[in-house]
Amino acid sequence: MAEVFFFIAAAGVIAGAAGTVMLRNAFYSVLALVGHLLSLAALFLLLRAEFLAAAQVVVYAGAVMVLYVFVVAYVGGMGQPLAGSGTNLRPLSVVFGVALLVEFCIAILGSTLDLLGDEGAGFFPAFGTPARMGELLLTRYLLAFEAASFLLLVAAVGAVILARRRAGLEDPRELSVADLLRSNEGGTMVDHEERGSLAEAAGPPHR
Amino acid sequence: METVKTFGWMVLLFPLLGTVVIGLFRRFLPGKAPGYVGTLAIAAAFASAVVVFLNLQNLGEEERQVRAVAWDYATTLGVDAQLSLLIDPLSVLMILVVTGVSMLIHIYSISYMGSDRGYTRFFAYLNFFVFSMLLLVLAGNFLMLIAGWAFVGAASYLLISFWYRRTTATAAGIKAFVINVVGDVGLVIGTYFIFRGTGSLDFLKSFASVQDAFATNDGELVAGCIGLLVGAFAKSAQVPLHTWLPDAMEGPTPVSALIHAATMVTAGVYLIARMHPLFEQAPAAADVGAIVGCLTLLIAASIGLVVTDLKRVIAYSTMSQIGYMVMGVASGAYAAGLFHLMTHAFFKALLFMAAGSVIAAMAGNQDLDKMGGFRRAMPFTFGCMIIGGLALSGIPPFSGFFSKDEILAYVAARDDWHVVLAALGYVGALLTAIYTFRMIFRAFLGEPVPEARELEEGHLHHAEVHTNPATGEEEDTDVGFPGPDHHIAEREGSMKIAMGVLAILAIVGGFLQIPGVTHALDHFLEPTFADSRLFEEIEPSDTVEYGGLVLGAAMGLLGIGIAYLLWVRNPERPAAIRARLRAPYALFSHKWYFDELINGLIVRPFAWFGRFARGTFERLVVNGLFVGGTSGAVRAGSSAVRAAQSGFLRYYAALLLIGLTAVGLYFLLAAS
Amino acid sequence: MAITWYLVTSAIVFTIGAAGVLVRRNPLVILLCIELMLNAANLALVAFARANGNEDGQVFAVIVMVVAACEVAVGLGLIVALYRRKLPIDVDELRELQG
Repeated sequence: MAEVFFFIAAAGVIAGAAGTVMLRNAFYSVLALVGHLLSLAALFLLLRAEFLAAAQVVVYAGAVMVLYVFVVAYVGGMGQPLAGSGTNLRPLSVVFGVALLVEFCIAILGSTLDLLGDEGAGFFPAFGTPARMGELLLTRYLLAFEAASFLLLVAAVGAVILARRRAGLEDPRELSVADLLRSNEGGTMVDHEERGSLAEAAGPPHR
Repeated sequence: METVKTFGWMVLLFPLLGTVVIGLFRRFLPGKAPGYVGTLAIAAAFASAVVVFLNLQNLGEEERQVRAVAWDYATTLGVDAQLSLLIDPLSVLMILVVTGVSMLIHIYSISYMGSDRGYTRFFAYLNFFVFSMLLLVLAGNFLMLIAGWAFVGAASYLLISFWYRRTTATAAGIKAFVINVVGDVGLVIGTYFIFRGTGSLDFLKSFASVQDAFATNDGELVAGCIGLLVGAFAKSAQVPLHTWLPDAMEGPTPVSALIHAATMVTAGVYLIARMHPLFEQAPAAADVGAIVGCLTLLIAASIGLVVTDLKRVIAYSTMSQIGYMVMGVASGAYAAGLFHLMTHAFFKALLFMAAGSVIAAMAGNQDLDKMGGFRRAMPFTFGCMIIGGLALSGIPPFSGFFSKDEILAYVAARDDWHVVLAALGYVGALLTAIYTFRMIFRAFLGEPVPEARELEEGHLHHAEVHTNPATGEEEDTDVGFPGPDHHIAEREGSMKIAMGVLAILAIVGGFLQIPGVTHALDHFLEPTFADSRLFEEIEPSDTVEYGGLVLGAAMGLLGIGIAYLLWVRNPERPAAIRARLRAPYALFSHKWYFDELINGLIVRPFAWFGRFARGTFERLVVNGLFVGGTSGAVRAGSSAVRAAQSGFLRYYAALLLIGLTAVGLYFLLAAS
Repeated sequence: MAITWYLVTSAIVFTIGAAGVLVRRNPLVILLCIELMLNAANLALVAFARANGNEDGQVFAVIVMVVAACEVAVGLGLIVALYRRKLPIDVDELRELQG
């Protein structure tokens, strides 16, 4: 029974991966990745990593991918791919990708490591539960935990700084809250038309 | 011994000091002071030379070869290079002659060059020359000899092209220097061979071991001696390296008198005499020297018969007389050759000085065709010229008679094919007398030319427009050209003093070696030539000796008679003879075509090679291949490397992937 | 299922992600492919954790997820900044390290 589940989940994983890479539209790529992540969560469950599966779904597929969706919606995918600037790396990447895969497979399948041959060591009921994970994170791997939280802080601050507006570099099509509040006062333009509602104050439609 | 050494160094140092003082402190030496400083320096050198001479005679016979070493240069490398002097009778003779005649010429030059804009420079150069010549003759090893040799060549160049804004003068200077350098190369190569064989650069050590190091006529020794001969021929203007001497007459007359008559050109003779142990061990080379000397004396005498430039006649006469000297010392007649060197210095310097006086009266013009009848206008000059001419022609009892005939007697006493050389020497004596008195009769006898008439009335001719006498082009009287005024002997006291002393020496100088009566020079030079086989052996029999004297005198008188007939009695005969003997005349007047030969054989190929090198080799190989090629290779390489810095993110990612694959492959292989 | 299957799956996903980084030109999609590779690593880690019988691999995977999230945040912030300055969103066009 477990094998069936495994094959279904593995198929989903690989299909999602392939879709991410091969789909033209960026939005579809994101969706493919979401599917991939969900299948991967299923695989985690098969491997008795309950907490990790949940975290995968909630954090990864839930938060990170939603962020991706927002940005893709904002930026948009490319139009049509521009005619071959830089050289075509497709053949090269296929060749070396296959080579890498072959190497991995040889490494894995030819490995003399005993524990790879079977299902693995016996596990105890609390294996992979959040309680066990929390215990490990706060005792044995406390340093990594703290470092990771610090990393999160740094990343958050960095992202805000990177993406903030700079004076004079704004896209004139964009609006800020200050613009919305200002629009009812007199502007610098002559023959300035009275703007009425907030909806009209939004100005010309955004692209 | 210590005084000998000390005063030996002082002989060298005074002229050097003179040069430095005149050169560096010219601002403090106004007017004619540089001339006096220079003369004083040489007079001090002469005095030191006399002291050395006297002290050397006080030493015992065995000790008369004194080595004075100042310091070592490179003894640790196995080459005994030192700053050393060798003071022995030969070098003492040379320094006496050099400093004595130089002193007189300095005195002469104070007046002669008095109005020249380059007066100070002249005396600085002249003192430098005397220093170089003294270094050459006092040298105690090959290193110092080569140094002195090169300095003398440089001084000659500086002095020949003294009037440096005359193109003819600078061309002549370059010609002299280039030929001198050829001689320098020969000298260095010769030194190399000798050093390799004997293992020492020092003269005394080298000579002592030459018989052990080389067999008679050993190939290497002959090569070395030929190298030395090349150097001697270049410096002494022997065939075929003689073409620079006539052109060197572009220099001022005192320069011609000092360098190209009395001192520098005799350096070759000194060299052969000094190296006599080597030449006696390699008779083949000595024979070459003797033959070349004989050839030169004949060729030069034949050209002297037809040239029309006053100074060039005397120049060819110098070449011829040095041919005698070279022939003498190369055949083993060392004392005779050096005796002739001494007397020749006296009367040749005297002749040049008198010629300078005549040229000054002609306002710089040296053409014999334009001269005539100066006898009444310039009696003192005429008298000196006659004395010099008689000495040169070998008329008794003047000095040249004894010295020249002694050479010929000794050469004839060799009792082999050298007799032919001696016979040719007598023919040369006849020619000498002819061309000498041709010159004198044409310049002084006959109808006075306008310049002579002017001078008789007391007015020295002064050219309105100054021209280069050789090419006729107009020139200035500024720096680098001869000064505006000319000085003749009749009016300048110092010129008279110098010429007078030389005239007296030309008359009595021969009495040092009257055959059968006095042997002063023989005895004096014995310590130097004690190791010479030929010096002891050659002893002309009485018949040869006295017969030679009579023959020589007869040749001289015959020559004067012929010259009198041709240029005084029947002045139109020379033209007729020239018309009849057209081919020989062409050969002689083109100086036996040596200039054309050298031009075609050497100068043109070198010029072609230079053009080829610049146009083809330099352009294609050096610029194109080496410079362009290396820089092109670097440029290509760097542009190839630059392609890796493309900025394409995907390239970098690809490189990462490839690297990862490679590392994985490595580990797989390592594990298997 | 033997652990080997999971590892082979992980290898396949990793390779697909690597190839995707090389091939795609939209930086957003490149970031997605990097996510793929990270997830493949996570899968391998969890598989080994199961094989060894302790949760060390899972903790490692959690930290990897944190790092992935941070990286995504910063990367997307970069892309937004690019878009704001009207630069082309194409890694082939963004070749100069200027501005």
